[in-house]
Amino acid sequence: MNKLLTLTTALVAVGAAASAEEISVVSWGGAYTVSQVEAYHKPFTEMTGIKVVSIDADNPASPLKAQVEAGNVTIDLADVELSDAIRLCDEGLLEEIDPAMLPPAPDGTPATEDFVPGAIQDCAVANIVWGTVIAYDTTKFSGEQPSTLADFFDLEKFPGKRGLLKSAKRSMEMALVADGVSPDEVYDVLGTEEGVTRALAKLDTIKDSTVWWEAGAQPPQLLADGEVVMSTGYNGRFFNAMVAEGKPFAIIWDGEYMDYDLWVIPKGAPNVEGAKKFLAFSTDTQRLADQAKYIAYGPARKSSAALIGMYQDGKTEMAPHMPTNPDNMINPIWTDPTFWADHDVELSEKFNAWLAS
Amino acid sequence: MTDATAQLTTADGKPLKAALAASLARSRRRAFLLVAPLFLFVLITFVVPIGQMLMQSVYNDTFSTAAPALGKWFDEHPPGSEIDESAYAALASDLKLMKEQKTSGSAGTRINYDISGSRSMFTGTARKADKFEPPYKEAILSVEKKWDNPNIWRAMRSASSPLTIDFYLAALDMTRDDAGNIVSVPEGQAVYKMLFGRTMMLSLAITVICMFVAFPIAHLLATLPLAKSNLLMILVLLPFWTSLLVRTTSWMVLLQSQGVLNDLLVWLGIIGDDGRIQMMYNRTGTLVAMTHILLPFMVLPLYSVMRTIPPAYVRAARSLGANSFVAFYRVYLPQTLPGIGAGALLVFILAVGYYITPALVGGADGQLISNLIAFHMQKSLNWSLAAALAALLLAGILALYWLYDRIVGIDNMKLG
Amino acid sequence: MTISETDKSFVVFDHVQKSYDGETLVVKDLNLSIGKGEFLTMLGPSGSGKTTCLMMLAGFETATHGEIRLGGRNINMVPPHKRGIGMVFQNYALFPHMSVAENLAFPLEVRGMGKSDREAKVMRALDMVQMGAFANRRPAQLSGGQQQRIALARALVFDPELVLMDEPLGALDKQLREHMQFEIKALHERLGITVVYVTHDQGEALTMSDRVAVFNDGRIQQLAPPDELYERPKNSFVAQFIGENNKLPGTVEEYSDDKCLVRLATGELIDATPVNIRKKGQETLVSIRPERIEFKPEMMPPGAHMISAEVLEVIYMGDIFRTRMRVAGSEDFVMKSRNTLGQTKLHPGETIKIGWHPQDARALDPM
Repeated sequence: MNKLLTLTTALVAVGAAASAEEISVVSWGGAYTVSQVEAYHKPFTEMTGIKVVSIDADNPASPLKAQVEAGNVTIDLADVELSDAIRLCDEGLLEEIDPAMLPPAPDGTPATEDFVPGAIQDCAVANIVWGTVIAYDTTKFSGEQPSTLADFFDLEKFPGKRGLLKSAKRSMEMALVADGVSPDEVYDVLGTEEGVTRALAKLDTIKDSTVWWEAGAQPPQLLADGEVVMSTGYNGRFFNAMVAEGKPFAIIWDGEYMDYDLWVIPKGAPNVEGAKKFLAFSTDTQRLADQAKYIAYGPARKSSAALIGMYQDGKTEMAPHMPTNPDNMINPIWTDPTFWADHDVELSEKFNAWLAS
Repeated sequence: MTDATAQLTTADGKPLKAALAASLARSRRRAFLLVAPLFLFVLITFVVPIGQMLMQSVYNDTFSTAAPALGKWFDEHPPGSEIDESAYAALASDLKLMKEQKTSGSAGTRINYDISGSRSMFTGTARKADKFEPPYKEAILSVEKKWDNPNIWRAMRSASSPLTIDFYLAALDMTRDDAGNIVSVPEGQAVYKMLFGRTMMLSLAITVICMFVAFPIAHLLATLPLAKSNLLMILVLLPFWTSLLVRTTSWMVLLQSQGVLNDLLVWLGIIGDDGRIQMMYNRTGTLVAMTHILLPFMVLPLYSVMRTIPPAYVRAARSLGANSFVAFYRVYLPQTLPGIGAGALLVFILAVGYYITPALVGGADGQLISNLIAFHMQKSLNWSLAAALAALLLAGILALYWLYDRIVGIDNMKLG
Repeated sequence: MTISETDKSFVVFDHVQKSYDGETLVVKDLNLSIGKGEFLTMLGPSGSGKTTCLMMLAGFETATHGEIRLGGRNINMVPPHKRGIGMVFQNYALFPHMSVAENLAFPLEVRGMGKSDREAKVMRALDMVQMGAFANRRPAQLSGGQQQRIALARALVFDPELVLMDEPLGALDKQLREHMQFEIKALHERLGITVVYVTHDQGEALTMSDRVAVFNDGRIQQLAPPDELYERPKNSFVAQFIGENNKLPGTVEEYSDDKCLVRLATGELIDATPVNIRKKGQETLVSIRPERIEFKPEMMPPGAHMISAEVLEVIYMGDIFRTRMRVAGSEDFVMKSRNTLGQTKLHPGETIKIGWHPQDARALDPM
């Protein structure tokens, strides 16, 4: 009897799965995925009836590459970093995306002009602009509070452990800017042997006091545990800790590292049409502005800025927490995906060697 | 047997030897059918994927398939030939092909493993490939003048054959200079050999610590009455039933500088509040957490061996005049060797391959080679290098296994 | 063998008690003194306390109360390895990772003996048990009997004055066991060592020992040479435990110091020798050995009482006939008669008269 019941249930389930259209979306997990589920997935399913299956990955580019190369693709849409988007596109692993399919702004501005520069790529469309910033525990410094990127490297003035991303990218650029290199020239400098040495030498000054993190959820945790007094991290994660959890952190916007997250569709995705529909829907002006309600990442459309309102708690104004807010854009370092596509191997090797020595 | 000897036959006159062989073969076939599902399972899920992975370490055809014309040109022109117009023509035709097939990125990535900064040469030049007209050399150099670097051509020649040992060179901190000679990479870039060494040393240390900690536990388990030893066994096995991440995280809670252990030491007044000991995010953290995680793998084989050693042996030794230390050292310990051997091998091999725990608690100097394998698998996506590193690790373990067999003897091992 | 006064108490258990759990005593007030050169066997069912006594003597268990002395010295606090006592274990306990020669050399090595002396002694000990050719084998390559010999040689190789043996022959088959009994006995006599031997096999105890201590319920029930134990058991337990035994329950009808008359439950009167009964009217259990029962009136002493018995079964056993009969309501009364030329053949269903010499029937405690 029991068996029969299980069998019929299974059959019904199979039938339902066959009839209901669905897409699989891979993203980074945590508060970030929650914001996407709230702002994109739920309204999309409501409107189109297409079910959205959300999958978490440490870096969605890895399963995507593995699946396309193995010829067994189950992912329809993935949220990846700019450098990965460009690299995967160059390697022919992604569907091309025609910008014409993206909806114009409410005032009629075409999408190509509404998105911030660099947000629309051959195979990718950005949904957010996010910053890697420094946050510190305000309770740890009684007198002067740190305020610049250089302060992060100043152990004498602001003693205590530092948290840093275990990766050449971001760490090396931030080290150079802290050392006095102008953000505009940072990649010219890093492209030279002396520049690499200079970056590593700057990092050397705090190496013994550094706790290395790898997952985005770690920096707020390290700060909260008192394991570090200052850490680099993603501005949205810090925002959540500060506003949602009331942690006594403050953000240093100086030298924030600007990056995009983009939607990409893998070649051979099971539901390309569904994925494109979702992509167009989720990157319209309202949806991008809605996402800011749940996490402090900046919308990739200019037209969304005006629509940004309150945080979901109903009392926190979101605009000042946006990495794209003009007040926050002090010395921003804009990531250079081409540079990293060329130099990732070499710099990672040097960084790893420096790290392990 | 000589021909003169009468041949033994079965009742119906067939030669006895043949009949015996036939009946043995039948039973062997039946036995094989029994293990066939397992054999297939292992073949499909283990041997084939690992073989494929290892293949990647010596076989990478991303460039050779993307650049057939260059491959042909390299075949016709031996190393040292002048890079003339015909070479540039081949390059131009390949760049066009790359643009068409969107392979400039992956081809560039392959060369970029060798020569940093060359990837954008491929993507950049390929984008304009449709407009190239003869003379190609001039056309291509006008887009990107770095194409006249002989090192690029050397790298392309080496990548145009899919079989390569370059990834093994990289895994051993070596590279090729402009003339194609194998040389060590500059000091600031060498990392793998040092990490291989550290992995071995750390794994060895973990194995030794596990041995010393597990021995008394296993002995207690083996000698306590069953009811009590079962309870203790649950405590030993408890870590097995907890997720690895949970366990590692609980070690972080315990060991971090604001953690339980440091709090306790400060509270006891052993250390000052500003003298908190760094037990996490360094080698100590890796050592402590991994010893804990791998301890059951040492306890279980030891326990199963100790269970079978009757107390009469030690009593006999004592009655023969040995004090308790001599009795332990000369009589008890040698009999636990099969368990120690099995446990040590298990713990060591597992330790060599661990990467989650060192990644979380190891900080910078507690990283092991597996962390870099994971890095190349997941972050840099240079799978060929990851495969080469993994293959070297495997070879190292096999070598140690062989050494172990020579010194201790594999048949002297008892897993449980 | 003449024994001097001091040597008479080479090993002494003086009011020794032992308890494992603090509630029950496994050994209750043991007093035993073993002479030098004596072969003493501790015999008893499992759980009777005999092995515990041996382990206390070896030093693996400590006495809860009382004193154990060896050669006049209190050894309660002496650790096992300093007692100098050789021991043969139940399953031999030969070290599996050492060769036969290494096993034998072990006690000499830990005593710091030089290599050449050691080798000579090991060879002598091996020759003593006819195992000289097996010096380089591993114990696992030897048969049970061979391992037994090696264990024996190892316990003797360092010339201990006292050797303990804990059921050493238990794992051997019957024939080998009998052969080894003989060899052990011969070695004991040749070397003049003192042996304390534990077994639950009464045949072994009777054939090998100078004296046997029968253990039951934590106490020595009787301590006597084998013949005395068999022929003059002091109580029903010993009578039951040693050899085959017929028992007839009854009440003492007439009583004098060396003779009594017992009325059985079925009304018959039988003759017996009083052992541990004191007066008329007491309940008793009369014990008679099967081979002492007669069914021919001419073999009986004059005036002896006879009772009737119904033959139930006759078993031919070669040297003897074993006849099972119904006597005084009991169906397992056994008589053994020699298979001689003119022996009367009995048949099932026959009713005969049986009797015995009064000194062969022992009136014991009713148990």
